Amino acid sequence: MRSAAGKTLAIVWKDITSEMRTKEIATSLIAFALLVIVVVSFTLEPGENTSPIAAGILWVAFTFAGVLGLSRSFATEKDKGCLQGLMLCPVDRSILYLGKMLSIVVFMIVVEIIIIPIFIVLLDQSGFPPQLAVIALLATIGFAAVGTLFSAMAVNTRAREVMMPLLFLPVASPVIIAAIKSTALVLSGGSWGDIASWLGVMAAFDAIFLAVSPLVFEFVIEE
Amino acid sequence: MQALKQNTRSVNGLLGLTFALMIAAQFLIFVYVPTERTMGVVQRIFYFHVPLAWNAFLAFAIVFVCSILYLRSRDMKWDRLARSSAEIGLLFTTLVLITGTIWDKPAWGVWWTWDPRLTATLILWFIYLAYLFVSAYATEESQGARYAAVIGIIGFLDVPIVALAIVLWQTQHPSPLIFEGGLTGSMLLTLMVSIVAFTLLYLSLLILRNSLRRDTDEIKKLKQYMDERN
Repeated sequence: MRSAAGKTLAIVWKDITSEMRTKEIATSLIAFALLVIVVVSFTLEPGENTSPIAAGILWVAFTFAGVLGLSRSFATEKDKGCLQGLMLCPVDRSILYLGKMLSIVVFMIVVEIIIIPIFIVLLDQSGFPPQLAVIALLATIGFAAVGTLFSAMAVNTRAREVMMPLLFLPVASPVIIAAIKSTALVLSGGSWGDIASWLGVMAAFDAIFLAVSPLVFEFVIEE
Repeated sequence: MQALKQNTRSVNGLLGLTFALMIAAQFLIFVYVPTERTMGVVQRIFYFHVPLAWNAFLAFAIVFVCSILYLRSRDMKWDRLARSSAEIGLLFTTLVLITGTIWDKPAWGVWWTWDPRLTATLILWFIYLAYLFVSAYATEESQGARYAAVIGIIGFLDVPIVALAIVLWQTQHPSPLIFEGGLTGSMLLTLMVSIVAFTLLYLSLLILRNSLRRDTDEIKKLKQYMDERN
């Protein structure tokens, strides 16, 4: 018998293996995030100073890529009939939730690792502030914490593509605000102290929804 | 039958009381209370705005409690109550946003500003819009009820964090003051009567919407029964 952590990792590993074979999610998310950056940059004049809105552009790209990736997470399970299989697994529903959540975090981080350097080049930022790594990690966990729940919900409704952003964007808005504001601060040379309260908002969001979501997840996927 | 009659009578009593208090509140708002010195006549919208906002919040708190009760008991009566309350809460939030915008233009000179309260109210509106969408777009009745309950819980827990994030954002740009001085006695009285009137209105609407929903469910059940028999 595996431990709870072992079971969770087994689900994460299943998602990673299937992703390694198809490379469906990561590649499409990276391309999509890049396109968002390009499209939003159309508002800029050539040679304009981009620093005030660079953080906004980055997080708009990550938020929309996140919505897309999150809805894929359960859509693939559902379409191929794997959701039934997952639910038949002799594990607690909260472990199912944690597993899916962690695999989303892993995918999102891969996307972010690739996108951030390109973003720095395209929007002419001076470098990679180390604080950005912590901001991205906290925000990604927050996105995945509520996103996993909503993804499992949206996939079972009619008009699932529309449902996901409708559910996700307002609820995740504190994380989006905190990520944009703190990224803007560190891109303009802010220190850890400047962004401490923003990191606090994201940490509080992550803690609350990581505690509550596993409890309500069983009501979402029961048949 | 007797119970039903009794029930109808008490609902009618509540409706009558709501109507009387609403009329009294209108009198206080438009005739009795003096015009505010700095803002002028537009300030009277305050006596609609605040009671609506308070009741919208009350409505969402009731959605939260009923959602938990539904998930625990699986009794459809809690689901009906939660959804009815969410509809009225969304209606009241819409009115809060509209009255706020009308008030903003003369008071602050703009229709909309990304002030903490405005922004938080707008996000609240979107959360409960999603709530109603999900329950409407679910593929079956019980699934819609479960999803709605989950959002009723998550959404309500989200409200304080949304408020925290937005307040933190706005501390960088101080927001304009609503009042120069405090509320005088007559203003406070008007506000209180208006709050009670709107709370009764909320309760009346909730009871009516809920019983309409109960009847809809009842008819659906009967129809299903008839279909099975034929």
